[in-house]
Amino acid sequence: MHPTQSSQFEHAALKNYLLDHAYDEMFTGLGDLHPHCEPLLEHFSSLPTEELQRRKQAADLSFLNQGITFTVYGREEGTEKIFPYDLIPRIITAAEWATVEHGLTQRITALNLFLKDIYNEGRILDDGIVPREVVYSCKHYRRQMMGLQVPRNVYIAVCGTDLIRLESGEFVVLEDNLRVPSGVSYMLTNRRVMKRIFPQLFRSYNVRPIEQYTQLLLGTLRSLAPEGRPEPNIVLLSPGVFNSAYFEHAYLARQMGIELVEGRDLVTHDNVVYMRTTIGLRRVDVIYRRVDDDFIDPLAFRGDSILGVAGLFNAYRAGNVTLANAFGTGVADDKALYAYVPEIIKYYLSEEPVLKNVETYLLTRSKERQHVLQNLDKLVVKAVGESGGYGMLIGPQSTKAQQAEFAQKIQADPRNYIAQPTISFSRAPCLIGDELQPRHVDLRPYVLYGDKVTIVPGGLTRVALNQGSLVVNSSQGGGSKDTWVLSQ
Amino acid sequence: MLSRVADSLYWMSRYLERAEHTTRLLDVNLNLMLDESPISAERRWQRVLQALGNPKHIEWTGEPYALTQALTFDTGNKASILSCIISARENSRHVREQISTEQWHRLNSLYLQVTRPEMQNQRQSEALVHGMTQPSEFLQSVMEAVHQFQGVTDSTMNHGEGWQFIQVGRYIERACATALLLQAYHVDLWEHPEKLADGNEYLDWMGLLRSATAFEAYCKVYTADLTPDQIFEFLLLDEEFPHSVRFSIDSLQCALEKIQGDSGKARAETLRRLIGRLQSSLNYSSVDEILNQDVLGYLGGIQSQCRAIHETIYELYVDYSIQAALAG
Repeated sequence: MHPTQSSQFEHAALKNYLLDHAYDEMFTGLGDLHPHCEPLLEHFSSLPTEELQRRKQAADLSFLNQGITFTVYGREEGTEKIFPYDLIPRIITAAEWATVEHGLTQRITALNLFLKDIYNEGRILDDGIVPREVVYSCKHYRRQMMGLQVPRNVYIAVCGTDLIRLESGEFVVLEDNLRVPSGVSYMLTNRRVMKRIFPQLFRSYNVRPIEQYTQLLLGTLRSLAPEGRPEPNIVLLSPGVFNSAYFEHAYLARQMGIELVEGRDLVTHDNVVYMRTTIGLRRVDVIYRRVDDDFIDPLAFRGDSILGVAGLFNAYRAGNVTLANAFGTGVADDKALYAYVPEIIKYYLSEEPVLKNVETYLLTRSKERQHVLQNLDKLVVKAVGESGGYGMLIGPQSTKAQQAEFAQKIQADPRNYIAQPTISFSRAPCLIGDELQPRHVDLRPYVLYGDKVTIVPGGLTRVALNQGSLVVNSSQGGGSKDTWVLSQ
Repeated sequence: MLSRVADSLYWMSRYLERAEHTTRLLDVNLNLMLDESPISAERRWQRVLQALGNPKHIEWTGEPYALTQALTFDTGNKASILSCIISARENSRHVREQISTEQWHRLNSLYLQVTRPEMQNQRQSEALVHGMTQPSEFLQSVMEAVHQFQGVTDSTMNHGEGWQFIQVGRYIERACATALLLQAYHVDLWEHPEKLADGNEYLDWMGLLRSATAFEAYCKVYTADLTPDQIFEFLLLDEEFPHSVRFSIDSLQCALEKIQGDSGKARAETLRRLIGRLQSSLNYSSVDEILNQDVLGYLGGIQSQCRAIHETIYELYVDYSIQAALAG
């Protein structure tokens, strides 16, 4: 716990670089680098500061011109912001990636089997591996899904799993995003910008490509089409232009060459879904939906939703349309259920989990709750059904008043919260002003599951750009950087 | 193409055409006001309002700049230039992926230009009322921006179904606007249909032509001698002038024909009949025949036929009933 100010770095931009117990993505210690980072640092050190700034501006401008923005909620309508972008790529070696890929494949396979099980026979519940009350009390459990057959038994077609690196450098899973994970368009555009701005550096590194993602996604969706529909009509369902991820929806639809639809474009008749076109109604076979369960069908779920399509769920039940992801997948990324995922993997696959979990306290257990309540200043508390960095308490950075508020909330509804130790996850060098400074990063690879599991080598590396911050979400001051997975 | 997309493209185009028309009408009349004129200020500005279809909640209060302000910046008024630009941009935002990046940039920067904070301040201080040159500069820049958008649209967007819906929106709006403009000028112009204009009257009639960007084009056909029946003939029946009613209806017909080609002709029988009838009436009538009958009625007829065409387009392509579509 003694931060070391390194004075051995030659480059002026590094003079204030902080190294402590947290894993650093570039440096192993005082002036020592991971071998694969040497050409990278050399390249950046050789560029004059002005040149770096010029390239940074070129990158920013490129994002702005392409309209790569997201919408911030709770402000004036239509507040569009650029997603901040850092120039220095984060590098993952081939060996590290092999472990990540193996672990993620194992995890999505097991979670998918779990969903099939709990929405059908419920063996894992009978065997007492996962308590029934944890599943049935989950906000995202959908009893409407009971006994429903989904194509190829695939519930989770698209998943974005958040990984972090511990002090040892080991990747662990922070959370699974199994509902409507976003951010993949940033992964793709980051790469495009990076290739334009640092072509030689990029070429020298043998980075594995990711540009095939949209085609793979299309293939995944096609493989899930209802039977007897050889030329399926695939659409992307977006909540519309005011959604924070609208840019991504439009981007993916365009890259896949499929229609971007909103709820009002779709109608159902005799349990078949159609879209309204100028030449009449056209049948829809697969919906890549970017609308939450709650809002997707006012007849089956929330009656006040105007984003959804009345009758969509019945059409889905009848097997006339496929939804990706299926309804009710949120039960498996509930933060309380997360604690059981290692057991779930062992139960279905008889394997040890390749990627570990972060230690998690379940607040429904009184002993663990007592421990958490006494140590609120050291732990991170999260609401189980929330995402995007909302509803969180970061103990070491919180005030007494906030701790008291969370203590009250936990006692009122222990099922709604979990706690984890505050992890000092890995840092990567970022260009802040004229200097390289370490910032905490995570990694969200995107996993596709159709006729097989596919993971494009890479993902979105999110950066907590505020100094010392552990929150990487774009809505909370996070940025991103390109992620290079090396081919050897 | 999705019906919603067609709907947004159509309205984006209509709103821009409307913004341009309102802008030009204000610019021309603010300019003419500087010269003496036989008609009173009240008559002039009432006529402007009439040519804009008497927008709700806007009345002539005796102050031209106040009226200009209301017709330009008042977002409470749906017909104001600012409201039209905001609506056009909002429609284009909903179909961002269907239009080209160049189109989006052009329209978005127009939007940013007219809604920027300095404009707000200027409005509050009512600098417009005092600075005589400012409205003209501003109005000119709006017209230029709309023209640029149209150019960019034609040169960067696929001339497919979406582009055709943009044409439909533009020309249906233009046909109505020109017909309405002629209607508003009717009383002043047709007391003596064959009279040659002189002095201030000349300026006034020139104003009518300039309100449709028609002055120079008219002179090429009829020389600078302005007579009411020739003005009428030019703005209503000229085959080659892009703001004449006939040209607009011809272009509208052409775009609808293309759209029908994409979606099957049989469905569109009613629409073809409506547009064909209007087109024939303009193509095969002489100006004398029209002037000998009820002119106001004729101009009103054009507008109601345009409304019927609009409604039929909606029934066919956008707002059709599910039952009918399933049966068909």
